[in-house]
Amino acid sequence: MKKAHILAIAVIAVAIGIIMSAAGDASVYVSFREARERAADGNLTKVHVVGRLPRDGQQNILGLEYNPVQDPNYFAFTLVDTNRIAQRVIYFNPKPQDFDKSEQVVITGAMRNDIFVADKILLKCPSKYVEKDIEGATASIN
Amino acid sequence: MLNTFIGDAGHFSVIVAFVAATVAAYAYYAAARNQPLGESDASWLRIGRGAFIVHGLAVFSVVICLFTIIHSHRYEYYYAWSHSSNHLPVEYMISCFWEGQEGSFLLWIFWQVLLGFGIMRYHRRWEAPVMTVFAGVQLFLTSMILGVVLGGVKIGSSPFILLRDFLTDLPVFKLNPDFVPKDGTGLNALLQNYWMVIHPPTLFLGFALTLVPFAFAIAGLWKGEFTKWVRPALRWTLVGGLVLGVGIMMGAYWAYETLNFGGYWNWDPVENAVYIPWLVLVASLHGLVLWQRSRTALRTSFVLVIATFLLVLYATFLTRSGVLGNASVHSFTDLGLSGQLIIYLAAFVVVAIGLLVWRWKTIPVSEKELTTYNSELWVFVGATVLCLGAFQVLVTTSIPVYNAFLGFIGIKSNLALPADQIQHYTKIQLWMGVGVAFFSGLAQIMWWQKNNKESLTSSLTVPGILTLLGAALVILLVQYFGLKMSITYIVLLTTALFGVLANLSMVITLMKRKVSLSGGGIAHIGIALMLLGILASAGYSNIISQNVSGLLYSREFDETTNRDNVLLWRNDKAQMGPYEVSYTGQYFDAPGVPGYVNKQLLFRTADEYKALARADIKRGDKVYYKAGDTVDILPENTYYRVEYKHRETGETFTLYPRGQVNEEMGEGLLASPDIKKFLDHDIYSHISAVPPPDKEKDWSEVKEHVLSLGDTIYLNDYFAVFRGVEPAHQTAGLGLAKGDLAIQGDFLVYGEKKQYHVHPVFVVRNRMIGRVPDEVEDLGLRLTFLNVDPSNSKFTFGVSTTQKDYIILKAVEKPFINLLWSGTLLMAVGFCMALYKRRRDVDVAELPVPEEAVKAPRPRPIQQKRQVA
Repeated sequence: MKKAHILAIAVIAVAIGIIMSAAGDASVYVSFREARERAADGNLTKVHVVGRLPRDGQQNILGLEYNPVQDPNYFAFTLVDTNRIAQRVIYFNPKPQDFDKSEQVVITGAMRNDIFVADKILLKCPSKYVEKDIEGATASIN
Repeated sequence: MLNTFIGDAGHFSVIVAFVAATVAAYAYYAAARNQPLGESDASWLRIGRGAFIVHGLAVFSVVICLFTIIHSHRYEYYYAWSHSSNHLPVEYMISCFWEGQEGSFLLWIFWQVLLGFGIMRYHRRWEAPVMTVFAGVQLFLTSMILGVVLGGVKIGSSPFILLRDFLTDLPVFKLNPDFVPKDGTGLNALLQNYWMVIHPPTLFLGFALTLVPFAFAIAGLWKGEFTKWVRPALRWTLVGGLVLGVGIMMGAYWAYETLNFGGYWNWDPVENAVYIPWLVLVASLHGLVLWQRSRTALRTSFVLVIATFLLVLYATFLTRSGVLGNASVHSFTDLGLSGQLIIYLAAFVVVAIGLLVWRWKTIPVSEKELTTYNSELWVFVGATVLCLGAFQVLVTTSIPVYNAFLGFIGIKSNLALPADQIQHYTKIQLWMGVGVAFFSGLAQIMWWQKNNKESLTSSLTVPGILTLLGAALVILLVQYFGLKMSITYIVLLTTALFGVLANLSMVITLMKRKVSLSGGGIAHIGIALMLLGILASAGYSNIISQNVSGLLYSREFDETTNRDNVLLWRNDKAQMGPYEVSYTGQYFDAPGVPGYVNKQLLFRTADEYKALARADIKRGDKVYYKAGDTVDILPENTYYRVEYKHRETGETFTLYPRGQVNEEMGEGLLASPDIKKFLDHDIYSHISAVPPPDKEKDWSEVKEHVLSLGDTIYLNDYFAVFRGVEPAHQTAGLGLAKGDLAIQGDFLVYGEKKQYHVHPVFVVRNRMIGRVPDEVEDLGLRLTFLNVDPSNSKFTFGVSTTQKDYIILKAVEKPFINLLWSGTLLMAVGFCMALYKRRRDVDVAELPVPEEAVKAPRPRPIQQKRQVA
């Protein structure tokens, strides 16, 4: 049974390694305050931040900056996290087209200098059913 | 007209199916209880059979009702309204069927009914215990679509719910409860793809197929028949491995063709949820083969077969309970079924593991110690590698589950999936690939021969030397092309080549004896080729749309970041990698006309599915539509025509990446790539952004020009000749009546590449003046016929301009991706050959032979054939 034991030990070792690597690579959801603290400590690992876009009275998003004619790969915006801390974010990619409609934004990235550099943006759009008008429904009401 | 009959019929069928499954499960259980395998209580068995047949018929009825609702556009039903629409072609109505959670459960239930009927017909000896498990699973699955509220607890979500019961707050239902919408909200455009018609049924068939070996294993444990279940289970596992493997790769191909994340695999939890059970299934397949040939690894087989099915249940839980939340882009919407799913999962985990523990000590084990010269050892190691690979994906994909669990017991956890998933998964999966390729090659050679030092050395020499030569050649070529190759890539390359060549050498030997023996070898070659394809296409994918303008706008950062998208102005040329590209306009798909139709040839009407042809639409000499004809178009998709010209070879091709603006779905621009396939690489390109389509164009202030016939004017850098005024001839969209007057100006505008006829229309009806401006999208120009001064033969036109149209494009070169697809096909062929070889296995075992004959040692065909040389 010797070989079986060696194999078993090897398997356990690899499994532990796998768990360690998952634990090491796993990211965290943090606030901007913590993201800044991490950056100040020299910790450049990427984090997830959940936030909302600041809007004015007309529901226009404040602080969007995207001028594709000048640079299609530069998109900047301000995100307000759940603790109401606002942070400038830039994203070196085209602006996601449904960005304006999104309710909640999850970004992945890290602080660099005073700016959060995002490399992934996940948008949560209003549920498919909330804002929906059924075509013809309004007509029959009037 | 509101029709509640069909929904009630469907809902009633669901309830019948649920009750019948419960009855069948109990009756089959009672029939098998306290009986040895092959015998059963006849009256309970009859009840079980009858109940399962009733269950099956009820499921068919549910399927028919739901499909009828979708097909006949009964939008009073929520399911049809939210997944279908009037203009949806029939083939995509089939995909609507399983777009929703309920429909996909139904599809799964449907496959399991068919498989259950197969078991009842072909595995009589096993029927009672196996069907107990089957009916038990059906009971749980049908409960997911039950849609019944019992004591305040909602059980299942019915696909037959009426829209008014779903959107109860909608004011229209208060005024008119019988209101039926005219149209549905349509099928997600990304799912309107032929792969989406065939991929989900394949995948769910694969899911359903994992139940068969599981049910046999449970029946074996229950009845204390620890060995006889292997034969039928092995064959069904082969079918499952084939179907699930092909289903996964179909999904990958669909993602490659339709989604725009730039590849075929995104490590999305939904993808992982299928990938994990498949890996374990393939490992279990090897365990079963080991038992069949060498009477070893039986316990392993039990564990892996059971694990495969439990992982399928876990996958169901992950993707359907809403636990993934933000972590996945395409898990199903949460229907509040998580409690039910947890009970389902827990029930089977407890029963299966309980049985296994109870019987563990009595499961036979092989006494002999495997030596290094036993191929079995290496097959076993290979299967272990697969399981470890699956383990990694499982550990990481479950991160949202840890959060949910910790939250449930009151600990706040903020763990997130790795920020760089590709890097995280690759660093383990790459080594799994190395192990799979190496051990499959080694074990395949050892499997078919007697092994000692000399024989092994001699049979490894040729593939070994060829591997090293091949790897050296590839490494040199890679460097010759100026690319780097890391040591891990070199190891993967070498082992994958070894996997191909070692398996190939064995396949060639086997072909001489009996072709059907080489199924395993061929499947392994397929896998190794897939690994090479992944290595090349993912490891060396090359973004050719990098910003090479030299203009980097210094903002907050000096360093260059990846700037992977280029802006292409309409009709301007731009350099991109080895190509000169230009964006030359927007096109529509008009069914019946080959290729796409230029938007500028179409005059849109109030009905967005119809347009008027502004000129003849022809391909070659064949005219499909004459000017003025009504053209049927599919307005959802805009195709952006991009011409590529290779600067050195002069070779040209055109791609039409697709963009869909679907505001209703709240998803903005849905971009799908277009791919030019060459033998040794693909050019993959998609739109990243277009000018905001939902906004009205920003037109400049109208500039008036008073012109006489023949005048030439400058319009925004282009010059135009006013050639005359004529009766308007494209007035079909205006709805002119007798007595109305319509004239149009005739302009010829000289653009960069071609000339444009522009016809602004001037209409007089009942002394009212109407103007229909004409637009040249190519040039960003709009002309309006403002006024006529008949006495002086002067005509006034308004000219306004807008920003020229542009697209932002990303293009990627994917080298040798065809190795991946052809490897997939080869793998499928290998599975089919292995199945063909085993086509008679089950029949022998299942014949109602006398007990003595069953006990007598049967010849083991594979072992006999082993003596090769």
